[in-house]
Amino acid sequence: MIDQIQMDMLKAVADLDSLPVGAYNIRANGQSAARNTTANIDIVTKTDKPGIDIIIKPGTKKESVHIPVVLSQSGLKENVYNDFFIGEDCDVVIIAGCGIHNCGAGDSEHDGIHSFFVGKNSKVRYVEKHYGDGDGAGKRLMNPTTVVELAEGAEMQMETTQIGGVDDTLRKTTAKLAEGAKLIIREALLTEGDQHAETDFTVTLDGAGSSADVVSRTVAKGHSTQHYASRVIGNAPCAGHTECDSIIMDDAKVTAVPELTANDLDASLIHEAAIGKIAGEQLIKLMTLGLTEQEAEEQIISGFLR
Amino acid sequence: MLKLEHIGFEVEGNKEILHDINLELNDRFVAITGPNGGGKSTLAKIIAGILCPTEGRIYLDGEDITDLDITQRARRGISYAFQQPVRFKGLRVRDLLGLAAGKTTGVTAACELLSEVGLCARDYVDRELNDSLSGGEMKRIEIAMVLARGTKLSIFDEPEAGIDLWSFQNLIRVFEKMYEQTKGSILIISHQERILNIADKIIMIADGQVSKMGTREEILPELLSSTCKVLTDKME
Repeated sequence: MIDQIQMDMLKAVADLDSLPVGAYNIRANGQSAARNTTANIDIVTKTDKPGIDIIIKPGTKKESVHIPVVLSQSGLKENVYNDFFIGEDCDVVIIAGCGIHNCGAGDSEHDGIHSFFVGKNSKVRYVEKHYGDGDGAGKRLMNPTTVVELAEGAEMQMETTQIGGVDDTLRKTTAKLAEGAKLIIREALLTEGDQHAETDFTVTLDGAGSSADVVSRTVAKGHSTQHYASRVIGNAPCAGHTECDSIIMDDAKVTAVPELTANDLDASLIHEAAIGKIAGEQLIKLMTLGLTEQEAEEQIISGFLR
Repeated sequence: MLKLEHIGFEVEGNKEILHDINLELNDRFVAITGPNGGGKSTLAKIIAGILCPTEGRIYLDGEDITDLDITQRARRGISYAFQQPVRFKGLRVRDLLGLAAGKTTGVTAACELLSEVGLCARDYVDRELNDSLSGGEMKRIEIAMVLARGTKLSIFDEPEAGIDLWSFQNLIRVFEKMYEQTKGSILIISHQERILNIADKIIMIADGQVSKMGTREEILPELLSSTCKVLTDKME
């Protein structure tokens, strides 16, 4: 059974008001709460460790899989392994997300390890949201790990968002790309209070003609701290671009560590990093439209993290 | 409508940028012109509340607005188009037009505003106001934001700056149309004869002071002949 708090969390992390259409697996407080499979998408509970295998048949197009996780029981800690086996020539959307509602004193923690094995010429859009709320003293902790392997000609677009409520997070993503594969990552991250977030991307471009575009936009408020690391390794004629753009506010601290390695003469790798406060002229412009300074700030941040 | 009394502005080192400016603006279309560095933009920023005058008072429809901040003045009906429009990562053209209009702007309304300033609307509504837009495109969007507000006083700081000649021709039409259609007053800082040519009143500011002021018929011929004289001198 899914209760109201869990429904609210589902709404926050997966835009779900009711059970989704298509394949889904909803995990609530460490248990599978609802599941649906389709003719093309099978979901199987793992027997050796917590988690599921999601198996998508070759040629599956225009289908979606929702696999949200909600935790509302204070003090619960879990490690979950979800493996996606996506056949060749697919075009699918995968929506994950984790919401922690912690009203108690114990720390609640969800560590999700998502592995994607994307078959030749398949296209995957992967959307992931992390969200925490609840007013308990216990912390809300999330450590998402994403492992991506793209076969020849495969494409994946990953949109990952964590806007508030998570006290501590280590977000680790590794990807390996074969010939002609393409990876796009868009990360939006906001920390406030005493929160801490670490993002760590490692993208290895193994195949000729592979490309990666990793863009992270973050806002650090209050006393929060952020550490961003990105590593792009070009082992073939390839194109890699990473960008980390941060707005820093109050007493926050942000570190950006880019690392590019070219092991091939025709690897073209670029990194851009920028950290700075909101430009005064942006605030002034919005104030001349009738917004207060605070409203202007909110608009700038929500646009930046969109 | 707008009255400036003894406006002075000093910056560090006691160098006065504006000195004892007294103006009463009741005309629908007023152009401020004058040499660069003469204090025109400073004056516009003082009216919009972006800079505080070190001396003098500002009145809008009889109300002393000198101590009001930018937001309060904007809400009382002052709009200001920047000379160098500000870029925003993430905010889209329709977001800014919506903020300017004070309500969520639908695609149709946003498109109409963009068409007014000569932009092919559908290509632009969802574009971000980031570095991908050219200077000319940014200028037009900046003007569209002022149109979206439709306030009683619209200030434009050198709308022609950074715009190529072809775009400028179209821009003139925007101001001509605005003059015909708007109910509010327009205060425009410009060096362009074609803009001065549609103004009811022209104010010349040089060395931080009003050096000339009058109707277009009074000021423009004199201004053009002196400009021509400067050019002729240079040629000789």
